Amino acid sequence: MNLTLKIWRQKDSKAKGQMVDYKVTEISEHMSFLEMMDVLNEQLVNSGEEPVAFDHDCREGICGMCSMYINGEAHGPDRGITTCQLHMRMFNDGDTITIEPFRAAAFPVIKDLVVDRMAFERIQQAGGYISVNTSGNTQDANNIPISKHAADEAMDAATCIGCGACVASCKNSSAMLFVGAKVSQYALLPQGQVEAADRVQNMVAQMDLEGFGNCTNTGACEVECPKGISLENIARMNREYLSATLKG
Amino acid sequence: MALDSRVPKGPIKDKWTDYKNHIDLVNPANKRHIDVIVVGTGLAGGSAAATLAELGYNVKAFAYQDSPRRAHSIAAQGGINAAKNYQGDGDSTYRLFYDTVKGGDYRSREANVYRLAEVSANIIDQCVAQGVPFARDYGGLLDNRSFGGVLVSRTFYAKGQTGQQLLLGAYSAMNRQIARGKIEMFNRHEMLDVVVVDGKARGIIARNLVTGEIERHSAHAVVVGSGGYGNVYFLSTNAMGSNATAAWKIHKKGAYFANPCYTQIHPTCIPRSGDYQSKLTLMSESLRNDGRIWVPKNMEDVLAIREGRKKPTDLSEDERDYYLERRYPAFGNLVPRDVASRAAKERCDAGYGVNATGEAVYLDFASAFERYGKEQAKIHNIENPSPAKIKELGQAIVEAKYGNLFQMYEKIIDQNPYETPMMIYPAVHYTMGGVWVDYNLMTTIPGCYCIGEANFSDHGANRLGASALMQGLADGYFVLPYTIGDYLSADIRTGKIPTDSKEFDDAEKEVTDRINFFMNNKGTKSVDYFHKKLGKVMWDKVGMSRNAQGLTEAMSEIKAIREEFWKDIYIPGTADEMNPELEKAGRVADFLELGELFAKDALMREESCGGHFREESAELDGPQKGEAKRNDEDFAFVAAWEYKGEPADAVLHKEELEFKDIELKQRSYK
Repeated sequence: MNLTLKIWRQKDSKAKGQMVDYKVTEISEHMSFLEMMDVLNEQLVNSGEEPVAFDHDCREGICGMCSMYINGEAHGPDRGITTCQLHMRMFNDGDTITIEPFRAAAFPVIKDLVVDRMAFERIQQAGGYISVNTSGNTQDANNIPISKHAADEAMDAATCIGCGACVASCKNSSAMLFVGAKVSQYALLPQGQVEAADRVQNMVAQMDLEGFGNCTNTGACEVECPKGISLENIARMNREYLSATLKG
Repeated sequence: MALDSRVPKGPIKDKWTDYKNHIDLVNPANKRHIDVIVVGTGLAGGSAAATLAELGYNVKAFAYQDSPRRAHSIAAQGGINAAKNYQGDGDSTYRLFYDTVKGGDYRSREANVYRLAEVSANIIDQCVAQGVPFARDYGGLLDNRSFGGVLVSRTFYAKGQTGQQLLLGAYSAMNRQIARGKIEMFNRHEMLDVVVVDGKARGIIARNLVTGEIERHSAHAVVVGSGGYGNVYFLSTNAMGSNATAAWKIHKKGAYFANPCYTQIHPTCIPRSGDYQSKLTLMSESLRNDGRIWVPKNMEDVLAIREGRKKPTDLSEDERDYYLERRYPAFGNLVPRDVASRAAKERCDAGYGVNATGEAVYLDFASAFERYGKEQAKIHNIENPSPAKIKELGQAIVEAKYGNLFQMYEKIIDQNPYETPMMIYPAVHYTMGGVWVDYNLMTTIPGCYCIGEANFSDHGANRLGASALMQGLADGYFVLPYTIGDYLSADIRTGKIPTDSKEFDDAEKEVTDRINFFMNNKGTKSVDYFHKKLGKVMWDKVGMSRNAQGLTEAMSEIKAIREEFWKDIYIPGTADEMNPELEKAGRVADFLELGELFAKDALMREESCGGHFREESAELDGPQKGEAKRNDEDFAFVAAWEYKGEPADAVLHKEELEFKDIELKQRSYK
């Protein structure tokens, strides 16, 4: 198929960006969206132009790198997938496709479609861990039984790939689904309890500091999340936060 | 230089304990005066960085992605082995050790593998303490499953995302140390050279991938945990950015490179569909527990299927060739990865491949639906169930076991695998070869260490499922933190390593000269053009089955591609900005050298071993006729190559492998 692409080009974080039109031809419906981008880039390199910079790596839906806003949706049309899992059969011959970087004040553009998601890193560094020495002198893993239900729920929360689609889809650019998932994982496990109150307060404080907005229960984050992280995690984070605050 | 593996003396079960009791330690107050660089932050590098920082060293960690959480360890699906014997099914350190050495076709180092098995149990404890949500049974205890090549259930798992959860565990341990200032994290940075001062690794030259700035970083020791080199084939299950550059640069500065030709070809991947394809997707090996693998018996049916005149479901049982069950009645569809991969290629090479490219076989769950369905009908007291009801009941069971994989397949291929058999084909997966290290995980450059997939020591010629994650974490959490202390104890009075020395000047100049060359070369071809060309030679002539003629041709063809690359490469943009083409150019330049050494190593190894079928070395008669023939008499050694300029001139050093605790035996799956 033949397509028109409208792509955000921006030389670096300081430059002014703009939408640029490109034509690609002979796109197979079996290609992934990123393979279509490869075809475009090969074409650009061969004609002496600069290829479009975009983040990508594992190309199997788990690394969380391939952040792109396609036709107004994080990771494009189709549900429960990342951009590398989006296939061109979702589009029609002659379509015009708009491709932009994830837009949020806390995710500054580095170049073209590449954004800086270091804000997520700093939130995790503020407390997204259990304070245990990596010494191998921990007790036997079966000494603390964990109910299957709690383990499964913790796993569901831990499935988050940190891609930022939740932030990009949110009208307030809120990071609460991401932070909620991380808080939930540890809140559900006995190992995380001792420092649970500090964890949630520190992570939320860092989240606010980074300039993410608040949650107004619109739910767009849950809809666009490639890993189906549920809004329940935000509710759990709010409960954890409230009880931490009440405890003082 | 003679290779000294520094394996401690004494009985195998006491080696590691004795070693730890006798090494030199660094006083806690002195550790803060010592700097360590860790390159790569996946399971191996990430766990090493966290642990070294925990011990008190100043760690500088480097990753080419924007976060350690993106390292390709994250994509591992199946699980991690540990000899916990929670199931009481007879597992032990010795059994895990035995299975690993046998699975590696007797080409790994006994002492390293024993230590790996020994620390495996600690890994699980460590990860659970960090909050890794492993699967639990209804009693709240850890659940296990079984993997290919073993007779016990020792694989711990977190759904189909075990690698992700273990990596996030190591990453959270890193975050804790980053927050404390003990790890300085350099995201979006790539190591482009190692700096050797007075014969010791004392730093690296790195490029900031956002600004293009070239940076000097010094340390008392350098640890490389940068993963495998499977992308030398262009198409592989590796991440797009996975590369050999860090490992290759230390090789060029004196670290020997061992067994480069040992690459695992994984049998159950989604087949290639066209020339545009960028990577191959792996489907968990666990599918072979229930799927049956076949191709049509008759060529007319193959053609009819390819042309769309027939569907696979139109073929009756006796029109199908279940070739694994036919050739290997004892193990059937559960033969190890190397055997399954070769058999699929053999059928496709003979013309029986079932997709347009002729490179696919069927993985069929129809009989599993029926088997489980009948069982479920009995359980639920459904009398005389219709075939449709049986299938429905059976599908529900299969969905519960492998639902995420079926969904992934459907997303990529756009066919419903519940209705039609999956198509699969082998793909390049994990590299068992890598930088040569001694028992301390130190390379032949003093002070330069190599851990995880980037080194060679633990998997021999073939890696069993669920053992990659085990090695990465064992090296990073439990082995390196001890062994590196022994080396660093001599460095407590050294003080900061200056970066304004001649050695740093020279290394930086080498790096900038190369970048300037790329930016100024007025060529016409893109990096991918050369990478794909290299990949084709590698797959056709240095792939699963190899012969002397093909390998000799491959060496000269790769050399020719390399020469063309240096003449005709074209890089757009500039060097002082984010420039993905420039990044790729440096990596492909290294692959073009590594590929030739790979072929040279394969040519030298005149035996079939693990996944590496040397056509000249097959059993000629007897019950094993046509199967791979290993040659312990002449090839029970590690091939460690010393860099001498051109890859063709590399010099071979042999580390003879000793098997004192395990008897060398031919493997049979008939």
